[in-house]
Amino acid sequence: MTNHWVDIKNTDLVLIMGGNAAEAHPCGFKWVTEAKAHRKARLIVVDPRFTRSAAMSDFYAPIRAGSDIAFLGGVINYLLGHDRIHHEYVKHYTDFSFLVKDEFAFANGLFTGYDAEKRKYDKSSWGYQIGDDGYVRVDPTLQNPRCVYQLMKAHYSRYTPEMVATICGTPKEAFLKVCAAIADTAAPDKTMTIMYALGWTQHSVGSQMIRTGAMVQLLLGNIGVAGGGMNALRGHSNIQGLTDLGLLSNLMPGYLTLPNDAEQDYAAYVGKRTLKPLRPGQLSYWQNYPRFHVSLMKAWFGDAVTADNNWGYDWLPKLDKGYDLMQMFEDMGQGKVNGYVCQGFNPLGSAPCKVKVSNSLSKLKFMVVIDPLVTETSEFWQNHGEYNDVDPAKIQTEVFRLPSTCFAEENGSLINSGRWLQWHWKAAEPPAETLSDQEIMAGIFLRVRALYQKEGGAFPDPILNVAWKYKIPSFPSPEELAREFSGKALKDVTDPKDPGRVLVKAGEQLSGFADLRDDGSTSCGCWLFAGSWSEKGNLMARRDNADPYGVGQTLNWAYAWPANRRILYNRASCDPSGKPYDPTRAIVAWDAAAGKWGGADVPDFKIDSAPQDGMNPFIMNPEGVARFFAVDAMAEGPFPEHYEPFETPLAVNPLSPKNPEVRSNPAARVFKDIWPTLGKPDAFPYVCTTYRLTEHFHFWTQHVRLDAILQPEQFVEIGEELAKEKGIKAGDHVRVKSSHGFIVAVAVVTKRLKALTIDGRKTHTVGVPIHWGFMGLTRNGYIANTLTPYVADANSQTPEFKAFLVNLEKV
Amino acid sequence: MALQSLDIKARSATTTPPPDVRARGAVPVAKLIDISKCIGCKACQVACMEWNDLRDEVGTNAGTYDNPRDLTAQSWTVMRFSEVEVEQDRLEWLIRKDGCMHCADPGCLKACPAPGAIVQYANGIVDFHEEHCIGCGYCITGCPFNIPRISQKDSKAYKCTLCSDRVAIGLEPACIKTCPTGALVFGTKDDMVLHAEGRIADLKERGYSHAALYDPKGVGGTHVMYVLQHGDKPELYANLPRDPSISPLVSLWKGVTKPLMSFGLGLAVFAGFFHYVTAGPKEVEEEEKTD
Ligand code: SF4
Ligand code: SF4
Repeated sequence: MTNHWVDIKNTDLVLIMGGNAAEAHPCGFKWVTEAKAHRKARLIVVDPRFTRSAAMSDFYAPIRAGSDIAFLGGVINYLLGHDRIHHEYVKHYTDFSFLVKDEFAFANGLFTGYDAEKRKYDKSSWGYQIGDDGYVRVDPTLQNPRCVYQLMKAHYSRYTPEMVATICGTPKEAFLKVCAAIADTAAPDKTMTIMYALGWTQHSVGSQMIRTGAMVQLLLGNIGVAGGGMNALRGHSNIQGLTDLGLLSNLMPGYLTLPNDAEQDYAAYVGKRTLKPLRPGQLSYWQNYPRFHVSLMKAWFGDAVTADNNWGYDWLPKLDKGYDLMQMFEDMGQGKVNGYVCQGFNPLGSAPCKVKVSNSLSKLKFMVVIDPLVTETSEFWQNHGEYNDVDPAKIQTEVFRLPSTCFAEENGSLINSGRWLQWHWKAAEPPAETLSDQEIMAGIFLRVRALYQKEGGAFPDPILNVAWKYKIPSFPSPEELAREFSGKALKDVTDPKDPGRVLVKAGEQLSGFADLRDDGSTSCGCWLFAGSWSEKGNLMARRDNADPYGVGQTLNWAYAWPANRRILYNRASCDPSGKPYDPTRAIVAWDAAAGKWGGADVPDFKIDSAPQDGMNPFIMNPEGVARFFAVDAMAEGPFPEHYEPFETPLAVNPLSPKNPEVRSNPAARVFKDIWPTLGKPDAFPYVCTTYRLTEHFHFWTQHVRLDAILQPEQFVEIGEELAKEKGIKAGDHVRVKSSHGFIVAVAVVTKRLKALTIDGRKTHTVGVPIHWGFMGLTRNGYIANTLTPYVADANSQTPEFKAFLVNLEKV
Repeated sequence: MALQSLDIKARSATTTPPPDVRARGAVPVAKLIDISKCIGCKACQVACMEWNDLRDEVGTNAGTYDNPRDLTAQSWTVMRFSEVEVEQDRLEWLIRKDGCMHCADPGCLKACPAPGAIVQYANGIVDFHEEHCIGCGYCITGCPFNIPRISQKDSKAYKCTLCSDRVAIGLEPACIKTCPTGALVFGTKDDMVLHAEGRIADLKERGYSHAALYDPKGVGGTHVMYVLQHGDKPELYANLPRDPSISPLVSLWKGVTKPLMSFGLGLAVFAGFFHYVTAGPKEVEEEEKTD
């Protein structure tokens, strides 16, 4: 979230799209009811299904699963066409006036530089015109046809209300009603929040859906303000922490990136990531990359890394390709993976195309499962009748189950969607044979290191040089790890402006990332968390909900990264002169007398940079402003374009009907064997989408009696019209079949799923909740991901769980 | 149960007057269920099961979200989901938390032949004291909301206690504490009526011109009330009765028992009479079904 849960109460309009907050985030949803009660806020829900959130809405508009970019592109077209945007905001705080290279173009659904063979773009034309001064050329009059505003306007002019109706099935009046409500929040004293979740991420164009939403918010001036923002509702209590700590194959903690194969040279590696300002007077915070990186290496390797060995750069893996979930199971299926450590994860349930996952796991020599629960993955080799029909005799994978504690049985911190690091305390003793995850991992590490010490090995250096200074080496405590992430001074850290002044003494905890140095004098396991455990103690454990300004920014409750800041880009809530656009919701302002920024929140800005200095609010971008034009950051283009799901009821992409190449995302990676498996509408005529229910939490609560009582048995949802056509009554058993497999479940026949008219044809949607499997206390069910295709988003490689094709029959 | 006997205002099948020495009676309490805020998450069902140590069966799905499908001796509150289109093309998913309404004039208590099996406290809570329950099921007939359920295990009647044990020591009922959206609130009945007025004004402003409070007079008002978006159509909410009242049969029974009891007739006679009366409700039920 750019903002946070409590801040939702400050909004005037809530748009829930690509998510179902009332269903999946019932506790956070209370802030929507607060906004409705105290600000008379309106709630709009756009979703393929009339969800629990829709039940709470003031207005609901239906949409076909997977068509959100078309819808939001239509909103952009409406806002630009009706000139209902926050003019001052977009002019000063976005790239509206930036000039784009003349070579850049878009035609036939493709941007310049496409290589159909590689399914990749050469992005060299996706850039700015750079002037002789080294800065981006701009046209503040916005008249230049090469400026971002003009290019964007042209791009989205194709997204007419009629086109939206064709692609999304959203009736024109409903669409225009949503547009009008959204447009009202372009007023400087009105704001909208967008709440989204996996309904946007789990598409082959998921990242671009989110970008399109962000572009709408930028046009309205709703980023950086109280009650505004792009608010990703995270699906696990600590999934935010997972990405923050870099648990993705190409990341390191704090969104630092691993080098790729071509980057063997340290200076070139950091140089590329140390971004110089692209406009005069801008901060470009990533200029500090070396400080973050060197401090991280010191945390990992301690005294073993110095400037002389490039801070251990040679010990970092250099990627030949991404090793995301999809790639790993692909490689596993090809027999290229011997062992798999599966920690706190149930891929047999959570990864797409169960049969492929199961076959891949069967090719392993061994698998180690670390989990508090008996997951389906750990039992994938067992025959469970129709629900897991495998032949154990044919599976040679040796499975080790290491039972671990769960969050309630240990101290630690969880990071919520609002980026708050909240400490929690052990509430119960774990079952006797469990160990904490740290103990298990430390145990494995110490044994592996001992083997390297004894026997040597191909490249022992990175293992042998890891700093391991925990009091009990076999059990690094949560407190020690938290202090390590927050960071400490290895030598006295002094004030650069006054070198005689010591800011942090050697051995002390750092007070924030401003203390980090790139000379090896500081150590910090995750720069974003710097200061969360300072000399003041464990700030994550704070529980003071005092709200002195009355706008819900409780700075003494836990700790928010970065720097305890609650609303990102909050400088943008003020006009260029530093005055809040909406004084009733002020979060920061320029205090001329004091010569600094201050207010209810921690300013996301250089604290003493006066408005007349011309520094802009988006300090993480080298431009200083927010980008509509994504430059080369996205795989499929600088402007989001609608592409169909890989399994689509349409023969062509209605936006580019003549180019079969762009029916679905042209830049998404598709493994060779997958193409023929993709379902076609002649055999699988219905759109299907998977989702979660309030009564359950992923694949955990099927093991909990109380939750099992609330939703005991697997079901699928179908509309009344489709049910009638097929002679299905509520409570009948139905078989839902995709090109990847089938499930059998009880039919819930509902008015909440209506047929939509897509490109002139009636299209039904089938809904499949995910929570059942063949373990636990609920009635046995089929793994919902039996049905899903093995394709994913081009940027994040998040699987396309939300839109695919099925057929349906009564059994 | 944890309220003390001094707080008892009425007691089933009892003619001795209730205690009356307290200078200040308890303030009437109420639970307000704002259906317009309820997302049907069933957290209140879980809270109820946890606080009261109830565990229903892991059931089946009958083609709806309702689960457990009905109230039972182990499920004292359930959510009832209704999909309605009051206006054309404007779907609504109305989710009503069902359970005991804690009637000011409780038909269950009036119908109950077992002395002290059902009591009403001065704060308005209607509570079953199962140790006195003889399992006759008469409370079910007496209840205009079809709430009490007889346990298969011990043949005693069970229903929501409005967490009388929690309320007695100044805590809110478990469901109130757990409700994530604020759809459930608890306080004095006056405060809850006031709160409801604010909610109704908000709903009217959003276009629900018939929004209203459900506090039916036919049972003397209730200590569990609903805010309904469509106050003019309570039946939309899984057949919430429009004008609930106590079955005439119960009045008959009351009329007969009072003199019987005061004559101090023996238990054998009482049981015999009871057998005679139980034939009645069956007929009535059948009649109702044909309506
Ligand atoms: S709702 Fe039924 S059980 Fe509850 S007090 Fe009223 S009559 Fe008795
Ligand atoms: S806990 Fe509240 S929101 Fe959830 S079902 Fe119960 S009353 Fe409704």
